[in-house]
Amino acid sequence: MPTTERLDENVETQKPARKRETEDHRQEGLSSGVGGFNDRARRAVADEELHDSIELFTHKSVAGRNAVLDALPEAPELRERAYRIKQETMANLDRYLEQMADAIEARGGNVFFAGDGEDVVRYIGDLARRKGAKVITKSKSMATEEIELNRRLEEDYANLEIVETDLGEWIAQLAGDTPSHIVGPILHMNRKRITEVLSQTAGEELPPDVEALGSFARRRLREKFLTADIGITGANFGVAETGTICTVTNEGNARLVTSVPPVHIVVMGIEKVIPKFEDLSAFVQLLARSGTGQKLTVYTNFITGPRAEGELDGAEEFHLILMDNGRSKLLGTEFEEALYCIRCGACLNVCPVYRQTGGHAYGSTYSGPIGAVITPLLKGHDEAKDLPHASSLCGACWEACPVGIPLHDLLLKLRNQQVEEGLAGKAQEIAFKGFESTMKRPALYNISSKAGRLAQKPLLRDGSVRPIPGPLRSWTDSRDLPPLAEKSFRELWKEGI
Amino acid sequence: MRVALFVPCYVDQINPEVGVSVVRVLRRLGVEVIYPEGQTCCGQPAFNSGFFDEARAVGRHFLDVFEGERFDHVVCPSGSCATMVSHYYPFIFKDLPEERERSEVLAGRVREFSDFVVNVMGMKDLGVHHKGKAVFHCGCHQRRELGVLGEPRELLSNVEGLDLLDWENEELCCGFGGTFAVKMPDVSTAMADEKIKALEKSGADTLISGDSSCLMHLEGRLRRTGHDTRVLHLAQVLDADDGKAG
Repeated sequence: MPTTERLDENVETQKPARKRETEDHRQEGLSSGVGGFNDRARRAVADEELHDSIELFTHKSVAGRNAVLDALPEAPELRERAYRIKQETMANLDRYLEQMADAIEARGGNVFFAGDGEDVVRYIGDLARRKGAKVITKSKSMATEEIELNRRLEEDYANLEIVETDLGEWIAQLAGDTPSHIVGPILHMNRKRITEVLSQTAGEELPPDVEALGSFARRRLREKFLTADIGITGANFGVAETGTICTVTNEGNARLVTSVPPVHIVVMGIEKVIPKFEDLSAFVQLLARSGTGQKLTVYTNFITGPRAEGELDGAEEFHLILMDNGRSKLLGTEFEEALYCIRCGACLNVCPVYRQTGGHAYGSTYSGPIGAVITPLLKGHDEAKDLPHASSLCGACWEACPVGIPLHDLLLKLRNQQVEEGLAGKAQEIAFKGFESTMKRPALYNISSKAGRLAQKPLLRDGSVRPIPGPLRSWTDSRDLPPLAEKSFRELWKEGI
Repeated sequence: MRVALFVPCYVDQINPEVGVSVVRVLRRLGVEVIYPEGQTCCGQPAFNSGFFDEARAVGRHFLDVFEGERFDHVVCPSGSCATMVSHYYPFIFKDLPEERERSEVLAGRVREFSDFVVNVMGMKDLGVHHKGKAVFHCGCHQRRELGVLGEPRELLSNVEGLDLLDWENEELCCGFGGTFAVKMPDVSTAMADEKIKALEKSGADTLISGDSSCLMHLEGRLRRTGHDTRVLHLAQVLDADDGKAG
């Protein structure tokens, strides 16, 4: 296992965590197979300000979600319908993508199939160069976060300025930070931190009130909106039959990004396609209600290709980039359901692990249960070996998921995949072989039980097993461990109950 | 009514008194209880860690042992272990038609303890007295996979002298999660701390659950942080009067 992990830059920007007082013995324990998540999580757990911010956001989101879903009696049917639509779409994904591409091209738009992030960066960069673009405005898009589009464009194409226009994303960008939540990108920052970031940008001390900060952001962003040469958005949904891109926002920024600059580029993960326009009725409702606890978001936009003759607004040039980036290899596998995700963030809000750690502990673009599932699937286990284990498998994610993805079952399958690929480590392999041998043989189980009772005798203190080096240390460091009983149930049964 | 008792391995080895209480409660209801002595563990620790082959091997042993007995139902004082057999045996054996069928047959007959008492025996009030202010923690498998949430509450609400309190975020996991507790110790402990904070706020002096594994985790943290909260399995509460009845 790696003994030192690269510290997540974003965790570094947070309030320094209290140092753990006790020495870390976990390398001796079963946790030795697990790498970076634990280190980042330990810091996050000790960060009380972070915890307050997460509590505030998730509490509000969960309460809002519950209220609007309870008010929708047909929610279970909608969820079922959404699942079925996704299932059918994935079975015919190539056909739906072609249909969507044809519809957009028929409206005068351009469509590009991108195999990976590199393809996306090249396409956008070259287009920007051809257009002589200087400023690109962007609305919030996890697909572009996933491929670190901003950093790569700015590195590879000099003089290109990319400006995030979702308020949270913009503040994250100014702070050199990354989103810690799919829907609330800077939920890890409190007002003090946000004021610091914006004051630094303003070059003057701004008062820490929402109005003043909002007004500053509005002025600054307005300049960018009006001078942008290209606008980039993601897509919450893409409709195959019409070629319509649907985006939902609460700030209206996506409208300025798509209507002011002459060029609009959409970066859409291929799994975001849905067959029919009428399917939106299920998905838009589920997304708004599950994500932000709204019946509908403030702005729900439908864009179908470039501005047509006689239309008053819309970009003159329209480009849809359909990005694969590891998605298509999940089709037809036992992990296909991971592609049904509509990025509402509900699983993060209800997850008791996310609740303690926040998003940056996951060390990946996507955090929470869905992040723990899709990061190893899209990037491989080497990039995210610990993430499938960052869950108590409580199933709250599956319960909250508006399209019914069995996230905790997918985590189990990922753990199994690690074992099958020999990534679980020798210590665990030996331990579970021993477990199997013992549990298959009642006689051996009984002998082990008696041996355990003898062995624990010198370790007992005040009715508990005292902290001992070895696999159980990671339990006994923070919790008492009960001893084996003097007589097992089977012994009591034999004696007569 | 003849019941085969499925006693989880950690109850067998660490909390045998829970198994004893289950036997006594069932007998009081007129149920004939047998205990297949070849049983060991359901295999969940291996399964949850991704070691499906090992879990299947242990699962086969479990199927052999229980198929060798005659009974109406298998009753288990743990929502989690009951879920392993009823939901996750069919899951791990899905590509093995013979074992899949065997596991599905057994799955249909496995009942978590409170589910059996309320839904099979039709008993909601066991006529016991137990003084205290309690909160009930429902294990996650019992809550979500089994959907047996109302039954234990109903049984407890009929216990005379017991004040069953609401507590904040009661649906949150206790942080045990099997090997999760040792693989992710900091997060796991922080999760227990959040439960304990809610417990303190509720004013309860007793913590009750249908899963001894959740209780082992929460009690381990309670004791380490100096709490003397009483920690009881549901079966222990229903087993007998606490002697303080009027």
